Amino acid sequence: MMAATWATLWISALGIAIGFSLGVPIAVASLRGRRWAAVYISFFRGVPMLVQLLLAYYALPFIGIDLPAIVAAVGTVGLCCAAYMGEILRGGFALVPKGGVEAARLLGLSPRQILLRIQLPIAVQAMRPAIINEAILIVKASSLISVVGILELTRSAQALASSTFEPLPSYALCGAIYLVINVSLSLLAQERVKGRPA
Amino acid sequence: MMQALQDSLVATAQGLPVTLAIWIAAVVLGMAGGFVVGALRFFAPWVLALPLAVAVEAVRGTPFLVQCFLLYFGGPFIGIDLAPLTAGLLALSVYGAAYFSEVFRAGFMAVPPGQLEVARMLGLSRIQAVLRIMLPVMALGVLPSLANLCVILIKETAVLSIITVPELTFRVQGVGTATFAFAETMLVLALVYWALAELTAWGARAAERRIERALAA
Repeated sequence: MMAATWATLWISALGIAIGFSLGVPIAVASLRGRRWAAVYISFFRGVPMLVQLLLAYYALPFIGIDLPAIVAAVGTVGLCCAAYMGEILRGGFALVPKGGVEAARLLGLSPRQILLRIQLPIAVQAMRPAIINEAILIVKASSLISVVGILELTRSAQALASSTFEPLPSYALCGAIYLVINVSLSLLAQERVKGRPA
Repeated sequence: MMQALQDSLVATAQGLPVTLAIWIAAVVLGMAGGFVVGALRFFAPWVLALPLAVAVEAVRGTPFLVQCFLLYFGGPFIGIDLAPLTAGLLALSVYGAAYFSEVFRAGFMAVPPGQLEVARMLGLSRIQAVLRIMLPVMALGVLPSLANLCVILIKETAVLSIITVPELTFRVQGVGTATFAFAETMLVLALVYWALAELTAWGARAAERRIERALAA
């Protein structure tokens, strides 16, 4: 169960990292009114994560993409997270003062520098509660990848339940571990917000 | 391939009504339960509010799948022996109620206290002030969050397939297993959910516009 908790943690962390990295270009494209960004966001937010996982796990091999289960699973979590991050960051970019961007341009920063060094930090700072909230959702959603046979927290609880014939304590313990992870995450969000001068 | 597509459409026709029925029932039960819990957490003394707060955090902090397992597989050990459909509906309603309660609580908190004071000064009773001033003011504010939650709940119904509730995902996955045509069946499944989510979001926006207009008049 301990090892499985680490598996859940690193799978979630990787999923969130992928989601954040892809979320930035998606947010930019979405702000520029690109059609593909709207379709991407609509698809990944509209289809249940479980169905996305099944699609990646069962359907990709049929079109010649044969990925190991863990890659398909983490990739799906990341792609799905990217859609939500894209929406969050889009809201964050909208809050960046125009003057800041203009000042950066006058100082000779390239558009790329402006995006990564000015707009992104401000957007992340403003959207921190929403981003932490999304991280919590991803930790919870990572339980679904137990369905494609990857050993993480939920899967290990299933194994424990069937070997000990005691599902109640097994799943209760499993739920308690998720709760500890998520409460720590949300405390982190509150702590930082409080600690920042208004 | 044509056979698999045809079969998955039949499975969709069988599973979709179950998915929709569970979804609507869970939205109604969850919203009612969530309203009561949210109101108690806002109005009731802390001896009642605190345990509710802990319960809401516990539901919001654990995966829905684990809650389903706990109820469906763990329940019989403490005398709660439910059929998959009942267990699924109960789990989804409780899950929804936890999230709905937070929306309603935030809605109560967002009503300016001054408006209630004015209502009281104008001679309305406390109950009247809450029913006729607080609730209408709050209703508009919480609408987008409620709609958003409805879309989230329709996606969570897919998780119920894992505890063998015969809903959309369960049925269509069954076709995939029987015909080995996983690619086609999963694609059909994804498209059906996508259409459903878009339809719900569109319906919610339309409802929002209507209510806004009705309240403005």
